[in-house]
Amino acid sequence: MAATVDARGLSCPQPVLLTLDAMKTSEEHEIIVLVDTETSKENVLRAASSHGWSEKEVIAESDGFRITIMKPDRKK
Amino acid sequence: MKNNFLASRWGIVAVGAVIGIAAALLQKLGNPGNMGICVACFERDIAGAVGLHRAEVVQYVRPEIIGFVLGSFAAALLFREFRSRSGSSPFVRFILGIFAMIGALVFLGCPWRALLRLAGGDGNALFGIIGLVAGIWIGTLFLRGGYNLGRSQKTAAGAGLLMPLVMAGLLTLVLVYPPIVDQAKSGVLFYSLKGPGAMHAPLLLSLAAGLAIGFIAQRSRFCTMGAFRDLLLFGQTHLLGGVAALLVAAFATNMILGQFKAGFEGQPVAHTLIFWNFAGMLLAGLAFALAGGCPGRQLFLAGEGDGDAAVFVSGMIVGAAFSHNFGLASSPAGIGPHGMAAVVVGLAVCLFIGFTLRKSV
Repeated sequence: MAATVDARGLSCPQPVLLTLDAMKTSEEHEIIVLVDTETSKENVLRAASSHGWSEKEVIAESDGFRITIMKPDRKK
Repeated sequence: MKNNFLASRWGIVAVGAVIGIAAALLQKLGNPGNMGICVACFERDIAGAVGLHRAEVVQYVRPEIIGFVLGSFAAALLFREFRSRSGSSPFVRFILGIFAMIGALVFLGCPWRALLRLAGGDGNALFGIIGLVAGIWIGTLFLRGGYNLGRSQKTAAGAGLLMPLVMAGLLTLVLVYPPIVDQAKSGVLFYSLKGPGAMHAPLLLSLAAGLAIGFIAQRSRFCTMGAFRDLLLFGQTHLLGGVAALLVAAFATNMILGQFKAGFEGQPVAHTLIFWNFAGMLLAGLAFALAGGCPGRQLFLAGEGDGDAAVFVSGMIVGAAFSHNFGLASSPAGIGPHGMAAVVVGLAVCLFIGFTLRKSV
């Protein structure tokens, strides 16, 4: 199971704020982030990688992108 | 989809540098001093050109603004990013646009011009930039506390096309009613005969520069407000690279062109009131942060179909009319007769918006 953040329709910087929040609070190893613009996708991936999370996959959907990011392996 | 160079670290630096160089060159070609590009001032000039205010020295349909929207529109179409969307608290964004413009005109410039003024040696700009960062910092406190304007919805393509169409309409007006020497009016458009509104680079060069900047800024997501916000909110310096590049490139180009003149007194289209330079941009910075973008970024978003950004742009144009009709705008002689009151009211309104808009998403 992965936690899901639905940031579709939200403008800067909400998608990143919600993603960082989920990264802090979620116990899950993976987080799925839904966004509706290319800009939000870039911002979420940039924020994730700056916290050591890696991009697992990005799927283009009809109303945006489904991004899956993974927690770094070290500890917890 | 992952080869968007302009969205990379060096891409945004390149875009900032291009804007800085282009601004200094546009000044050389005729635009006002330290105002090669100023989104707030140029929207204000457009408001004057169509008679929303009648301040005779600031009336000109600035082709750069038209270019920003249409260049962004072209990039969004070409890279399949055009997406018509709207409905995220539009009236709040309209009000924020009004006060963003009022604050910017108390300082006399948008964030881009604040950087360009500094790059031209105008020390007064420092207080504006400090105010800008302080305003954005207050905005980040609201963002941390849960402030947001809610979700936008996908809308029919026609809705997102409207701002590019408005700009195409303005361009048509300029081509039908071009400036005539020594005439304050050409057809339905007002033109300045003196003052900053009378200073402009050749129309086609301004338009070309605007189109090019609009195109690359859409791809890079260049945003001056975002640069400081991301630094304060996330410790992230990605967008800041673009801001730094703009400053350095404009400074270097000014040195080469002999446009650099260090000092506080006698700077072009500027006043020396430290507190009001600070407070004007404090208000503007807070309004930009609450609205999610600097004036330039709002134009680029409007070009890619964001109807909420288009509402913010409309708010800024209306705010410019208020500024000049009600004596809120500053001039080189100092602040306007009601500038102080406007800044106080504006800050109160922005705080109200910041405290009360906490829709859970």
